[in-house]
Amino acid sequence: MNRIERKFKELKIKNKKAFIVFITCGYPDLDTTRKLISEFVRQGVDIIELGVPFSDPLADGPVIQESSQAALKRKTDINAILNLVKIARKNKIDIPIALMSYYNPIFCYGRERFIKKAKASGVDGVIIPDMPPEEDRTFIKLAGKFNIDTIFFLSPTSLSSRIKLIAGVSKGFIYYVSLTGVTGPRKKLSPGLVDNLRRIKKITAKPVCVGFGVSNRRQIKEIYKIADGVIVGSVVIQKIKENINRSDLVKRVGACIKKLH
Amino acid sequence: MLPNKKGYFGEFGGRFVPETLIYALNELESEYKSALADKKFIQQLDYYLKEYAGRPTPLYLAKTLSKYLGIYKIYIKREDLLHTGAHKINNTLGQVLLALRMKKTRIIAETGAGQHGVATATVAAMFGLKCDIYMGTEDIVRQRLNVFRMKLLGAKVIAVETGSKTLKDATTEALRDWVTNVRSTHYIIGSVVGPHPYPMIVRDFQSVLGKEARQQILKKEKRLPDYLVACVGGGSNAMGLFHPFFNDKGVKFIGVEAAGFGLASGKHAATLVLGRPGVLHGSKSDLLEDKFGQVKIAHSIAAGLDYPGVGPEHAYYKSIGRAKYVAVNDQQALVGFSLLSEIEGIIPALEPAHAIFYLKKLAKKIKKNSLIILCLSGRGDKDLDIVIQRLKI
Repeated sequence: MNRIERKFKELKIKNKKAFIVFITCGYPDLDTTRKLISEFVRQGVDIIELGVPFSDPLADGPVIQESSQAALKRKTDINAILNLVKIARKNKIDIPIALMSYYNPIFCYGRERFIKKAKASGVDGVIIPDMPPEEDRTFIKLAGKFNIDTIFFLSPTSLSSRIKLIAGVSKGFIYYVSLTGVTGPRKKLSPGLVDNLRRIKKITAKPVCVGFGVSNRRQIKEIYKIADGVIVGSVVIQKIKENINRSDLVKRVGACIKKLH
Repeated sequence: MLPNKKGYFGEFGGRFVPETLIYALNELESEYKSALADKKFIQQLDYYLKEYAGRPTPLYLAKTLSKYLGIYKIYIKREDLLHTGAHKINNTLGQVLLALRMKKTRIIAETGAGQHGVATATVAAMFGLKCDIYMGTEDIVRQRLNVFRMKLLGAKVIAVETGSKTLKDATTEALRDWVTNVRSTHYIIGSVVGPHPYPMIVRDFQSVLGKEARQQILKKEKRLPDYLVACVGGGSNAMGLFHPFFNDKGVKFIGVEAAGFGLASGKHAATLVLGRPGVLHGSKSDLLEDKFGQVKIAHSIAAGLDYPGVGPEHAYYKSIGRAKYVAVNDQQALVGFSLLSEIEGIIPALEPAHAIFYLKKLAKKIKKNSLIILCLSGRGDKDLDIVIQRLKI
């Protein structure tokens, strides 16, 4: 059982939901990312999703795009990111960590090399927004062999046959994209959200967490009623951006997390 | 027959897209299948290709050019004579008819040189569909005449400021739009790139030019050509020409990429010549990337070639040795541009000007009795701003 699975078991016993935070690794710099991870642990975040920056993030809206560009300018690469996780584990940070990466950086790095190094560094899962499961069964098997969860997506346009397929291969949890669109805060939740989640929950018992467009406490409470967890990203990145030159950036982002959680 | 069921040409192709788009790609694939089986659809497409776009285009024997280069015969497939000035309309007509079958009310497209944008805006205007075109700000400046044309045709041109501000980022932005508006919108991709079934659909719609060329050369010369030469950005005109000759083993394919400031400069768009396998814009193909898989910014004087990716079927042709890919730089393309203008009275677009220049190199290597077909994918009107500047006319 890896950290993600254990976390969901634990939450289930406590009858609680998973609060998952996404940040772009290396934004504004790796040192801040390291501090933010510790702050998230303090604030009781359940799982951290660490974004590997990519030059062409086609599932992301302007906020995450900008943070990725900034991280790339500072030459944040997979080695540096894995090293950051490794050091965090050495420092007894035991929070589940999933890497969110587009397919090409992993493919280019070498899939087996990536999985082995990720495992050795203490990564628990991978989320690849542009890799539907049928495109790379080898990678899924490889990740499974090293007990790294492959987390797949469902969206409002997924038909029942897809739900079954994704539910079958997704490990750790299923990432439900709340809307048709890219990442970024929205004022309102998508109107079909509750019905779609019910449809999915009827088909699978695996945890389903909702991301994309989630930006405030009210929305999160709504989602908790029906899903197993929530993922916030852009709203956190936005907060980082607003405080980018302040010495108390980490504290302020922590306060934002506290308000959402 | 490739691609296979999963959209692969050998190891290239596939569907590397966010989950939201899977449904739309499935819908497009099944609609395309049923359209192909529908006589009415085929008749309708033929009608518009003939009556509206101006097909068939001539296969013109360029006598002066042949003599000048010392090649037996060079034939030029005149896609530049089509309505809107390039081969792009072959594809947009086909795809707009598919969009109508799927009852989509809005069309989006990406464009580099603006030729695909114009061809998309044109068919959207004719069929009364709302149309938004994504174009990088750098291309908006260098291909401004095409921006005016799109606007006159009633399309909205959305400026893309991110990344390279050229075709790569326009494509990424168009994909983001599609993810958002997937239910109402059809995305007309302009080249043989993108997730399955796009590389197949665009190839099939562009194959009309290769099929025509094959019939025309057989009629005129009673034999098949020795070489097919075409420029490759994403690779749609080249694939349109090559594909119908695939089984004609004696016919050699040469794709000409953009070497920009030179292959050694790092500023080029020679994806097949210097790239390696990777994933961009929904498919696995050759790619220009750094050592961590970040996509590089391409460079070419020709906006239509200025792209760090390439169609997966080209990567496949390269991998099996069916086609050869070479590169021609900016300066050489300008030489090709002037050459065709001056000795044949045909002003080419900067994209096929790369292929024209390559004929000079090819002439030195091949048998004197060689028979060549060159695809003149578009005309040069759109490039006059750049050429006037560069050639100091």
